[in-house]
Amino acid sequence: MHKLLQDRPGEKIMLLGNEAIARGAVEAGVAFATTYPGTPSSEISLNLFQMSQETDLYFEYSTNEKVALEVAAAAANSGLRTFCMMKHVGLNVAADPLMTLAYVGVTGGMVILSADDPAMFSSQNEQDNRYYAKFGNLPMMEPSSVAEAKEMIKDAFELSESLKQPVLMRTTTRINHSNAFVTFGEIKPRDTRGRFERDPHRCVTVPAVSRGLHVKVLEKMKNAAQLSDDSSYNFVQGEGSLGIIANGVSFYYAADAVKDLGLTGRAKILRPGFSNPLPEKMIADFLAGCEKVLIVEEGEPFMEEAVKAIAQERGITIPIKGKSDDLFSRLFEFDPAMVRKNMAAFFNVAVTPKTPVDTSDLPEIPMRPPNLCSGCSHRATFYEVKQAAKEMDVICPTDIGCYTLGFLPPLSTGDFVICMGSSVSTACGFGKATDQKVVSFVGDSTFFHSGITGLVNAVFNNHNFTLVILENDITAMTGHQPHPGVDMERFGLSGYGRVNIEQLVRALGVEHVSIIKPFKVNKSIDTIKEALAFKGVSVIISQEPCALYARSLKLKSIRPFVVTDKCADHRDCITTIACPSFYLDKDNRVAIDANTCVGCAVCAQICPENAIRPLKQ
Amino acid sequence: METTRLIIVAVGGQGNLLASKVLGEAALIAGVPVRMSEIHGMAQRGGVVESAIVFGDAESSIISDGEADILLGFEPAETLRAIKRCNQNTQVITNTAPVPPFTVSVGLGTYPDVEEIKRLIKTKTAGLVAIDAMSLAREAGSPMSVNIVLLGALIQTGALGFDREVVEEAIKRRVKPAFQEVNLTAFDLGFKAAASA
Repeated sequence: MHKLLQDRPGEKIMLLGNEAIARGAVEAGVAFATTYPGTPSSEISLNLFQMSQETDLYFEYSTNEKVALEVAAAAANSGLRTFCMMKHVGLNVAADPLMTLAYVGVTGGMVILSADDPAMFSSQNEQDNRYYAKFGNLPMMEPSSVAEAKEMIKDAFELSESLKQPVLMRTTTRINHSNAFVTFGEIKPRDTRGRFERDPHRCVTVPAVSRGLHVKVLEKMKNAAQLSDDSSYNFVQGEGSLGIIANGVSFYYAADAVKDLGLTGRAKILRPGFSNPLPEKMIADFLAGCEKVLIVEEGEPFMEEAVKAIAQERGITIPIKGKSDDLFSRLFEFDPAMVRKNMAAFFNVAVTPKTPVDTSDLPEIPMRPPNLCSGCSHRATFYEVKQAAKEMDVICPTDIGCYTLGFLPPLSTGDFVICMGSSVSTACGFGKATDQKVVSFVGDSTFFHSGITGLVNAVFNNHNFTLVILENDITAMTGHQPHPGVDMERFGLSGYGRVNIEQLVRALGVEHVSIIKPFKVNKSIDTIKEALAFKGVSVIISQEPCALYARSLKLKSIRPFVVTDKCADHRDCITTIACPSFYLDKDNRVAIDANTCVGCAVCAQICPENAIRPLKQ
Repeated sequence: METTRLIIVAVGGQGNLLASKVLGEAALIAGVPVRMSEIHGMAQRGGVVESAIVFGDAESSIISDGEADILLGFEPAETLRAIKRCNQNTQVITNTAPVPPFTVSVGLGTYPDVEEIKRLIKTKTAGLVAIDAMSLAREAGSPMSVNIVLLGALIQTGALGFDREVVEEAIKRRVKPAFQEVNLTAFDLGFKAAASA
């Protein structure tokens, strides 16, 4: 049985934040869940995917976040408790349905989770998605700890049902990827069969209907404001005339700082956990009892601006400060020492920080950047494209996935990336705006996510570029989730369809389509050259399973290679493809680590001396 | 209750996350509150994995620069890189067996001298226990048990305040039965090595 399905209320278990959230959803009786995977949210969906295989919970990996939210919107309007989760930038993709679903509302409880990533541990930006709640008129809840996240999602479902409105639950990486002990609660029975009751004056958003719906949304938010003021997730801790307002993980940094600075009895903290609408009356009362107030929030001044507006309306003139050059930054994430230092400065109390050791005399420590894995097929494809395009002035738009790492030397293949799917559409623009040759790269999962529409555009507008689709049969970067091109039998699952990328691309009207097997180096280079010579849109599909995934499924027998004494030390292997299995041995000769080599044989094919041979076993 | 802040640094694949879970389990057995935070996005692709574990009454789950009470490093250069987390009272435990970054393996970078790493850590912190955890792991029966060898060394220093029996029980709970014997041997070897280090 999946560990999160255990029916043992009261038992304590250590869980990752994302596991706690998945368990909370199950305890809430969630019946329907959709996602597109993205760090730091990915383990929530992974656990729900696994649990759906043992229960009648419906779970799907949708093609992208917009699709996920629309699928979920239908379930939530059929009365089911529905959960849709994604990383913060995923909500941009889902923003179109989000804004109008807020008008329509739901009949079953619906929680939309946005996993924000301050400091960008694994993201292309650190946007603050609390603004989506305000923008879209959605009630929002933000936990401060792993244990609270599990309880909060249950109340988020209740809140959604009472308001008939989707609720946004917003976490940050330090909740998603923290571990703590949580206590199992009871699992509410799932109600998995819904019924849609026709209600065109709510559900068909033509202008005449939507004008009425907008009025209703504002009424719902007025009710939500009342609930926020009464919510137990909004509370004041401590007492005194020094005020602090802190949300999310910052609340605990602030609580520790109050203790460390000896401010207990002098300072109190207001923690909004139900944070849109903010509890206005509670905040006004809080301000009235303070001589000055510090706002502690990562990201943008979301609460700060609201609190200042509340103070202005009530004629409260005490100092209220958060973001400023001498206090908190809008950049990156906070940490306990930073919060303590800024609190001490703002409240004029002494602080004696622990001094980090002096690092000025340390020797240079070589960096350890992430690298494409040993035997990664992307490395082979990048090498081959570079060889085929050697004489050309090339722009290489790329996309979001492991293969973004191809921008690093020595492959240096990746010149422009802004969001999922952008490789294809930006290739259109570069091809028209310049006289340079454009070769863009997109992974299979990303192509399904949002590359297809760009390719339709390319065919229609007669663009000129070569698109390389890296078909490695899995969503690799986020931990090997399936996508529409995957053979689900490999997951031991039946009842799924499968979309063939080659057929799809041909059906879109791409005239020049070729397939390469990237571990056949010379043949691939010849095929790529032909595609590059084609005037118009050409697509190359590079087919080879993800090396890590193939290894975990034992799809191939592994036959490592060795460098024989024919090696003349040209080092082309190291300088052009830089597979991490290479090292220099004691005699400063190139060698291959047989423990990590998967036997792709790409290096063997580029060695001018033919010195790299299979290991005799 | 006193707060103890522990940072563990490792290279992807060295078993840092399992080591953290064992310590979390030990805290549960010992009745000590614990919060842990980890960064592991690119771990499988050769990056650094860092865990922060806060034992005791503090509520934060991450550790600021200069505020680690203990630094446990699974790889000597990574231990040195993480030294900004330490202050002069920090106890450091490190593996001395390098896992060279790719740039070093292919001659494009220089790996710092391990004796120099040890000397620098010793002069800057309250104490250093340096053991060749890789050799001990092999001796225990599996190079994969480096993480548990280092837990043995950590517990021997007493910096964490856990009895070894508590951690051994946590290993039994958290490690698959087939690997328990190797890991309990690894724990013992690490414990003894730290005692004579």
